Amino acid sequence: MSSSRADVTTASPTPSRPTGPISAWDRVKLARNPARPHTLDYLAELARDFVELHGDRSFGDDPALVGGLAQVGGRTVLVLGHQKGTNTKENIARNFGMVRPEGYRKAERLLRHAGKFGLPVVTFIDTPGAEPGIGSEERGQGTAIAESLLTMADLGVPIVAAVVGEGGSGGALAIGVADRILMLENAVYAVASPEACAAILWKDATKAPEAAETMRITAAELARFGIVDEVIPEPVPAHERPRETILAVGAAITAHLDALDARYPPADPATPDRLRADRYAKFRRIGTWRESVRRERGLPVELAAI
Amino acid sequence: MRSFFHRQGKFQPVSADDERADQQIPDDLWVKCPDCKELLYSKELRRNARVCPRCDHHFRLRARERVFLLADDGSFIEWDTELRPEDPLDFVDGGGPYTDKLRRTRTKSGETEALVTGRATVGGHPVGLAVCDFDFLGASMGSVFGEKLARAAERCTKGGMPLLTVSASGGARMHEGIFSLMQMAKTVAALARLGRAGVPHLALLTDPCYGGVTASYATVADVVLAEPKALIGFAGPRVIEQITKQKLPEGFQTAEFLLEHGMVDLIVTRPALRATLCSLLGHYAGARAHRDLAPSDRDGADDRGAPSSDPDLGHLVAAAAGVAAGYGANGSVAEPLPVPTVAVGWAADGPGR
Ligand SMILES: [Zn+2]
Repeated sequence: MSSSRADVTTASPTPSRPTGPISAWDRVKLARNPARPHTLDYLAELARDFVELHGDRSFGDDPALVGGLAQVGGRTVLVLGHQKGTNTKENIARNFGMVRPEGYRKAERLLRHAGKFGLPVVTFIDTPGAEPGIGSEERGQGTAIAESLLTMADLGVPIVAAVVGEGGSGGALAIGVADRILMLENAVYAVASPEACAAILWKDATKAPEAAETMRITAAELARFGIVDEVIPEPVPAHERPRETILAVGAAITAHLDALDARYPPADPATPDRLRADRYAKFRRIGTWRESVRRERGLPVELAAI
Repeated sequence: MRSFFHRQGKFQPVSADDERADQQIPDDLWVKCPDCKELLYSKELRRNARVCPRCDHHFRLRARERVFLLADDGSFIEWDTELRPEDPLDFVDGGGPYTDKLRRTRTKSGETEALVTGRATVGGHPVGLAVCDFDFLGASMGSVFGEKLARAAERCTKGGMPLLTVSASGGARMHEGIFSLMQMAKTVAALARLGRAGVPHLALLTDPCYGGVTASYATVADVVLAEPKALIGFAGPRVIEQITKQKLPEGFQTAEFLLEHGMVDLIVTRPALRATLCSLLGHYAGARAHRDLAPSDRDGADDRGAPSSDPDLGHLVAAAAGVAAGYGANGSVAEPLPVPTVAVGWAADGPGR
């Protein structure tokens, strides 16, 4: 794996800025940098008239996932995003961006709200993962994520997701079943944290940098796999020039919302079904496998070769 | 994976990483029940659907054992047997390359992937089956798993045939990275279409069921069943203990715990499973037949083809009669139900077979 932007390191290095080629592990550290802009920073800059909507209507409100109505790129949209803090106090209040079931149920409720009023959805993905905890298990963490996935898959309005920091596993994907998936250059998106992967497959959590490399979690690689639709460059790491990054992400989101509007006219009654069908097709083709043709008699070719 | 699930010595350790080749070799003539510690004659245990005759402990089942127990004799026709996993990441971990691991697992388990799919009848009701094999890399969900499940859901959608998933899994397959994660979205999206077509998805959660499987297709079902004492959760108990530094409550993440918290519909013992499924399938078939035969809907009946020529339709008509009688006896009038978007009888099947 190689960095596509060796020029990133030409400016004077800071402790958080790696020198030399940027490794996957360096990007993990960049993606986790607390000074990196988070969802509410994006909304403060990009959204007009943001009205935050709270609560799942059944248990509580989860501050680790925020959502509401806002004007983005000249249209009213529903926004959803994981919310991390920038310091310890904030992080404790936001549970480090680790969402509990009520957060996913709030997301699911707001997604249905968007469907009801024909509002496009914009999501900001930035979480280490769904919260592992006793209460979260009691309240059905798995089911809450699964239901959010289901509602997103079945939504008749356009969805744009931007991975702006850490895309941590199912807890990230829960608001990521989108028609367009954008990703900042230094963001990461993975099936598990490199530490967890190393602990399980290497039996050694200190092998996380190695795991990060092997897991292929960078924006460039995910674009190569066709999972990410656009990589938003970070000529300078986001935490160093937050406003620049936010505007770049905003421009990309607006461009994709415009393109989706053109392709799926909101006034066309066929739009919801077309969006569902095309979103299904997008996720349907993700995966790698081979399929041999069974011989007329005897074992399939594949098994006979063993 | 092994230590991940092994807890308090109470439950069977994961055998996916076990170096022993076959569980049924002669020295396994006797099996110790992990619950009551009774020494059981393995042949007898198998005859008892691998339920401990003394304490009712439900031993884990291989996918094909499960199919054998669920499906009517000789009715199972497997789908997509030629799909094989790839190694899109050139993944190498502390234990070597993923491709080597796949080869060893294939030899050891006798399966080519972690999910077995196909069609069968259960008490005469046609169903699509998707069953995890935990001995294949902890039934982790990779690309082939997701593809097989999506195809199964598509066939069921097209054929109007209920889908029954039986899950036991450690979650996503890390060796396939982001592709594995995306199978969560892919499988759920396939189920969204099944749901839109008005076709039921019944899920059975068995020991152990965790991570990306619990958080995707396995729990978005119209009915969620679980086997007694099965461990089901999102995060593994050890992870939760380590992170929260809290002692886990007694019975944490057991099927009973989930039932108490409203996360599953019903706990069903293995001997009662087929009967429960038959009742459920009968209800959906009855409701559907009632819809299809409702007087208000008769005008369009011709468009659905002639049902009488279909040998599988006998029970459907019978079920419809039963439902009609049931309504009469209760003195209640059924609400008019929406006409399903798939206008095909239960017996029809999708492409392939
Ligand atoms: Zn026993």
